Amino acid sequence: MFGTVTLELMKGLWTTFQVFILTLIFSLPIGLVLGIGSTSRWKILRYVIQMFVWIIRGTPLMLQLIIIFYGPGLWLGRNIWSGNEAGRITATVVAFVINYACYFSVIFRGGIEGVPVGQREAGQVLGMTKSQIFFKITLLQMVKRVVPPMSNEVITLVKDTSLARIIAAYELTFAGFSFMKSAGITWPLFYTGVFYLAFIGILTLLFNYIEKKLDYFR
Amino acid sequence: MTVLEVKNIEKHFGSTKVLKDVSFSLEEGNALAIIGSSGSGKTTLLRCLNFLEKPNQGMILVKGNAVFDASRPVKMTEQELRRKRLHFGMVFQAFHLFPQYTALENVTLAEKLLSQERADYKGNKKQILDEITEHGRGLLDQMGLADRASHYPHQLSGGQQQRVAIARALALKPDILCFDEPTSALDPELTGEVLKVIRGLADQKTTMIIVTHEMAFARDVADQIIFMDEGYIVEQGEAKQVIDHPKEERTRQFLSRYSQG
Repeated sequence: MFGTVTLELMKGLWTTFQVFILTLIFSLPIGLVLGIGSTSRWKILRYVIQMFVWIIRGTPLMLQLIIIFYGPGLWLGRNIWSGNEAGRITATVVAFVINYACYFSVIFRGGIEGVPVGQREAGQVLGMTKSQIFFKITLLQMVKRVVPPMSNEVITLVKDTSLARIIAAYELTFAGFSFMKSAGITWPLFYTGVFYLAFIGILTLLFNYIEKKLDYFR
Repeated sequence: MTVLEVKNIEKHFGSTKVLKDVSFSLEEGNALAIIGSSGSGKTTLLRCLNFLEKPNQGMILVKGNAVFDASRPVKMTEQELRRKRLHFGMVFQAFHLFPQYTALENVTLAEKLLSQERADYKGNKKQILDEITEHGRGLLDQMGLADRASHYPHQLSGGQQQRVAIARALALKPDILCFDEPTSALDPELTGEVLKVIRGLADQKTTMIIVTHEMAFARDVADQIIFMDEGYIVEQGEAKQVIDHPKEERTRQFLSRYSQG
């Protein structure tokens, strides 16, 4: 029995991991762009981004996931996500990327605004271009500032993947829960928790490592 | 030779006029000190020279060429603006060293980035970068910081940080080196080492503009002094003359407040 449960949970973990990693890969750069956009001098752009972030952060991720998965089928009369597991994972990733990009954008904005104006001005008077100032001066200082709040969001993301169960994606929590439904046993639920703990434990070590790596300057 | 001419500069922030009809010139190899109480417009003037602020009126000429002319507003490309900026070096009150780079990297970063635009960069990359590093080491040596080259800013004292900042500004060989209250953020016991370095630069005939509250230093080191009050130049002249025998009543009042304090 233990072997069967482990195997199923591994299957669920794989889905969880895919959602996690794909969400990070896409939402980090999009979040950065939104974050830079929300410090723009162009008012309209700032308002549009603010409005978008408000809507996404102001509604439940589960609701967004339901709308993204079922909405197109009901509006267009055909499901744009293929009906298999891959389709469900894709829909989940799309919903998560939109959601997490918004949260990340706020963190990035804080990071950008936290770098003193004097740093940019020092670059300017040394004849650097805007992009040199961003990549050679601001970026690393910003990264250092965003690592702690970012670690919070990333850990939350791991656990949020369990929401994908609502559209029947076979992720980790779904896998653990299935044994309670079919066999009436509860210990796989605790075992599922151990999987999450291990996943997040590794991430915590990784973030500690990054923080330490960036500890050489202040 | 006249390196810098500033003609009738005006600057306002909203309805507040910060600079009013400011004109002066600076000869090559001379040091000009700008004195005056806080809020008199000294710092804004330096920021205008470094294109960190845009004057509303007036003209700035470097070696006879207009680098700024408010009566002929032209859209400058980033490239042109950067070229013009390089006439001036700037040392900030709060240093603004780049924290993620060592002292040496702080000094060489801009020059290295700039060298990428050289036509011969691709073929001689290593040699060019080595030369820049050597140049940077030389500057740190000149600042008495040869043994601090691989330290990060947070490992240096305020006085050492400011000297690195001076080396960084010198690295691009500006025509005019500007200091914005270079010792105001330092503990009193650390001002001496920075002033000594600036004095050394003056002895080597570096063209400089120094905004400062150190009156005795200004008197000894500067060739010319400008006294500013409420955005105007109240008095300008030969340094010892202005400090020892000010012509204007307002200058006298300002200086007497300092000698008492």
